[in-house]
Amino acid sequence: MESSGPTAASRQRSVHLDDLLVAVAGGDRSAFVELFEHFAPRVKSYLLRLGCDISAAEEIGQEVMVTVWRRAETFDRRQASASTWMFTIARNKRIDAVRRERRPEFDPTDPAFMPEPEIGGDMAVQAKQETATVVEAIAQLPEEQGYLLRMAYYDDKPHSVIAAETGLPLGTVKSRLRLALTKLRKIMKEDE
Amino acid sequence: MATAHRAAASRKEGGLPSHHLDDAFLMDYAAGNTSEAVSLLIATHLALCPECRARAEQLEAVGGAMLEALAPTTVDRGALSAVLARLDAPELDVSGDVRPAAQTAPANDHDRVPSIPMPLRGYLNAEPDDLAWQPVIRGLEEYEVDVGGAKTKLLRIKPGASMPQHTHEGRELTLVLEGSYDDEIGHFGRGDVAILDDDHDHRPIAGPGPDCICLTVIDAPLRLTGRFGRFLNPFVKF
Repeated sequence: MESSGPTAASRQRSVHLDDLLVAVAGGDRSAFVELFEHFAPRVKSYLLRLGCDISAAEEIGQEVMVTVWRRAETFDRRQASASTWMFTIARNKRIDAVRRERRPEFDPTDPAFMPEPEIGGDMAVQAKQETATVVEAIAQLPEEQGYLLRMAYYDDKPHSVIAAETGLPLGTVKSRLRLALTKLRKIMKEDE
Repeated sequence: MATAHRAAASRKEGGLPSHHLDDAFLMDYAAGNTSEAVSLLIATHLALCPECRARAEQLEAVGGAMLEALAPTTVDRGALSAVLARLDAPELDVSGDVRPAAQTAPANDHDRVPSIPMPLRGYLNAEPDDLAWQPVIRGLEEYEVDVGGAKTKLLRIKPGASMPQHTHEGRELTLVLEGSYDDEIGHFGRGDVAILDDDHDHRPIAGPGPDCICLTVIDAPLRLTGRFGRFLNPFVKF
């Protein structure tokens, strides 16, 4: 392997953040304060990157943290990391507050929901991606791929808009992002 | 196990989807860049498609890493105490919840799987048979789904009926919910997604068996882009 992978310290931090979120679900306020100190400044950066002005970023960021307290019991550390779970809350709050739209999500408790075909083993455990590994993998992408990934996740730009703004053909945008994902997925798989 | 029983029941009705969403759509959905209407179609497909669901979860993990990798911005001095003061307040605003609440009661007959999965079922006020279908042409009825102004429709096609040949204005996504249809591209059954643009002209024919019910959505651009404050969009409904 030429890639060094995440450091033991960053892996440990990921696990610690998961621990904190589980403690918050149990009503632990000091865990919440620590989680706030880690995530609130990043959520604010995320909202600013996505075009919120400074007061909207502050206001929506606070909403996100209140929601974290109220919804912490829905966090399942086998399914997702704390960072991934936080990302979905911040993403959905932004859609609600800025776009004034609902964010439709599937419901795993719905009788019409199709569960994973049973092929043995715990699918939930397999699904989890460690954030430290993914951060490291993204950092190693070639710049032209990392740039497109940032446009998609930080700039609110669907593929079609990325194509229009960069002047690249849509096919090129799609294939570069597909290349990036192929690399990320390979590393995510190795991490399981 | 109830879940296994239900899974068997749904499989009997048509199995797992074979026409999937590509990574471009799944990434746009995971990153929060799809309109509510397109998100509704994607999320309803995900409810029926474990394969796309696993890929969507990886793309959310990419989002988690992108969040983690951002340089922190100092929050307001009073932010932490303002948030702490709100933790015990009664919950007044549940909008922006991770999952919209169902507006229709889940089926209480355990042997019957509702044909329309969540989250789409939450946008309808009735089972398919009780919707106010509008006739379009012989063999085709439609029902407009209220999704924030976007053109979103359920189509109901009688078995064996064929649609007139047509092209699409912009890009149109179709998700089959019941029954099936065939066109130049292939066979589409429950959970299958078709993405059609003005390059395709197609002439779908509904398969035998139950009426073919599909959700169709026009992939319109997002309403807001660029730098903005919170309440600046003049086109929002409230």
